[in-house]
Amino acid sequence: MDMMLVNLRYFASIREALGCGSEAWHTAARTVGDLRAELLGRGDAFQCLAADQAVRMALNQAMCQPSDALTPGCEVGFFPPVTGG
Amino acid sequence: MSERVSIQIEDFNLAHEIDRLRQSDARVGAVCSFVGTVRDTRALTGQAQDEVQSMALEHYPGMTEKSIEAMIDAAHQRFDFFQARVIHRIGQLGPTDQIVMVAVTSAHRGESFKACEFLMDYLKTQAPFWKKEHTPQGAKWVDARITDDQALARWGMEPTNQTAS
Repeated sequence: MDMMLVNLRYFASIREALGCGSEAWHTAARTVGDLRAELLGRGDAFQCLAADQAVRMALNQAMCQPSDALTPGCEVGFFPPVTGG
Repeated sequence: MSERVSIQIEDFNLAHEIDRLRQSDARVGAVCSFVGTVRDTRALTGQAQDEVQSMALEHYPGMTEKSIEAMIDAAHQRFDFFQARVIHRIGQLGPTDQIVMVAVTSAHRGESFKACEFLMDYLKTQAPFWKKEHTPQGAKWVDARITDDQALARWGMEPTNQTAS
């Protein structure tokens, strides 16, 4: 499987749980949803991204669906439901 | 056309922003604005454990500006207004501080009332901001409200923030 380099961004409670705001990541995933599943395999801290957690995802800084396709160098953001305003 | 969206640490002055928004524009017959402020829930309930000592606001730089620009574009598709201005503060805020401002100009009041409310409903559920409240019990992230998704649904838009799986 070809690996693809993507940029990951984490915010709010997810950023705190991971102790990290951004990182580059080589992924075998081809969709945002598959990427999320792949990250779960990285250890306990990543369980904040588990399927039963309320996680919203953005691809290239726009809200996205799990089925949306990754592209080389794309930016994927993971965060809890938003609470601005 | 002046700047539409600002994400800033600094406070804002609603009167100045409205002056700038409608300056010398004789088409304008209505200005509608909303300001959101930091609420100390203790002042509402009288319960000491509800105290909000301060609030920290985090956002997703880049995406925030894009999402609010897109929501103003969406508002222009729906309502007949001239200009909109959105300011959202980030960083550390205290009780009574201003957080967010939306102001809209139009020829008649109906369109600016609707556009202003639409923009706030959209912002609450789509713009990537997160609030963390500091209380006597410690700091905690504010939970998204289902009522905010319901508010967006009134406009015929699919709620995707609190209620999505």
